[in-house]
Amino acid sequence: MTTSQLILKRHSVLPGFSLALGYSLLYLALLVLIPLSATFLKTFTLTWPEFWTEVSSPRVVASYKLTFGASLLAALINAVFGTLVAWVLVRYRFPGQRVIDAIVDLPFALPTAVAGIALTAVYAENGWLGAPLAALGIKVAFTPLGVLVALIFIGLPFVVRTVQPVLEDMERELEEAAHSLGASSVQAFARVILPTIMPALLTGFTLAFARAAGEYGSVIFIAGNIPMVSEITPLIIITKLEQFDYAGATAVAVVMLVVSFVLLFMINALQGWTRRRHAQERAV
Amino acid sequence: MTTAALHLPSRITRRKAIPWAPIALTTLALAYLALLLLVPLAAVFVEALRKGAAYYFRAIAEPDAWSAIKLTLLAAGIAVPLNLIFGVAAAWAIAKFDFRGKTLLISLIDLPFSVSPVIAGLIYILLFGLQGWFGTWLSDHDIRIVFAVPGIVLATMFVTFPFVARELIPLMQAQGREEEEAAVVLGAKGWQTFWRVTLPNVKWGVLYGVILCNARAMGEFGAVSVVSGHIRGETNTLPLHVEILYNEYNFAAAFACASLLAFLALVTLVIKAVVEHRYLKERK
Repeated sequence: MTTSQLILKRHSVLPGFSLALGYSLLYLALLVLIPLSATFLKTFTLTWPEFWTEVSSPRVVASYKLTFGASLLAALINAVFGTLVAWVLVRYRFPGQRVIDAIVDLPFALPTAVAGIALTAVYAENGWLGAPLAALGIKVAFTPLGVLVALIFIGLPFVVRTVQPVLEDMERELEEAAHSLGASSVQAFARVILPTIMPALLTGFTLAFARAAGEYGSVIFIAGNIPMVSEITPLIIITKLEQFDYAGATAVAVVMLVVSFVLLFMINALQGWTRRRHAQERAV
Repeated sequence: MTTAALHLPSRITRRKAIPWAPIALTTLALAYLALLLLVPLAAVFVEALRKGAAYYFRAIAEPDAWSAIKLTLLAAGIAVPLNLIFGVAAAWAIAKFDFRGKTLLISLIDLPFSVSPVIAGLIYILLFGLQGWFGTWLSDHDIRIVFAVPGIVLATMFVTFPFVARELIPLMQAQGREEEEAAVVLGAKGWQTFWRVTLPNVKWGVLYGVILCNARAMGEFGAVSVVSGHIRGETNTLPLHVEILYNEYNFAAAFACASLLAFLALVTLVIKAVVEHRYLKERK
């Protein structure tokens, strides 16, 4: 009881605090925290120059450029089209709307390996979309463009699902006032709506980027995995593991983990901003 | 106010007369969703049935496919209940009590979402692999964790860790504490309060979290791929089985197994939509 009194800020009549918190912390530590720290400790078996050689070899650097470049581009495309989809779902009524609303979450529900082979079949040179694109001279499957398509697919729901609730809660008075004062629809969107949804939009963008950077299953089938051209960083880790180069795999993994933690930190800050903005508006 | 009220009706009727912008935006959004989501989804089922229904059912009924299905069910059957118990315990502690480090704990729970699935597999190899921390001890005692079923279960638990908790925490925070406090003051025991007061309030949230957790558990590819060792009929889950068939150029069989997972995804989306609908209805 003394320990729970130490961390509790306020006494509560409700029971079960020690048990619930203790169990949660134990489970979190055993399953997540201890295994993750093992990764960082493993890199200490390398000297600094060895670590640097591992994480800065040309093939690995090429994979960072592809992984983070394609993830950034995919997240940008999702930011634009995600906002469009959220807007259409909130503001307009059309037949089959509920089905479309539900299908937006398909990339969350569909296993990544299934998404990977399906996208490859569709975008291969003899595929439904690959054939017409190939006729135009655009090769998608087995090129960096294929990586981009897969990352757009898996990142699609994030922006929609973060922007949608903000649009639903948005007061229309401001927008209507802008219209009545003579603003065009584009002006009203840029000056009134966009600033309101911006925190949510940035959160969705960062979530989509973080997910894309670590993505493996949906990418490897369509990427072609050509070293220096279409090889993503998670695949580099797997290749090193298969060659029993555990230290090398861990070094690259630590680079990715550091990037993920920075992104997680940003997402938390952005979500805090969204909530505060939301609360302010509700108060007004 | 009066000017706005005077101007608005005419504007709205004028815009309703020719709603070109809504029509164009809706068409664009639907075309984007159709190309990106529906075409690949349809491709899964078309490719699966390419060699006919008889071939399809043979591919699914094959012994290796069956053992893959059984392993997938086993991994989800262990991971989902454990993460459910954790999610409820963590949400109880976080939502019903004020304690130091709460914000940090919430961030740590989200951690597995920001870690690449490949790294989620890697961390268990670093702990339990032959070169890992416990590797020698485990091999001395003839216990296999990685490249065996326990590793697959662990990796699945890691990637699905936050699902239930992150649904329940905001929901239980929004519910407040008054009802539970009243129950306890009136003499209810801890478990009674939980079963009779808390659980009925959050049952849709629990179901929602469990469904998403289960979809991810059954579909996980990257993390499981790293720790599985890919032993046919022994350590292959259904997504891994799909990959093996695909890499053997047995496309029809690969898509037949993939169609089971795609079907699971569709069922997940339907249940999710129903749960959301019910929840909104009850709140009203």
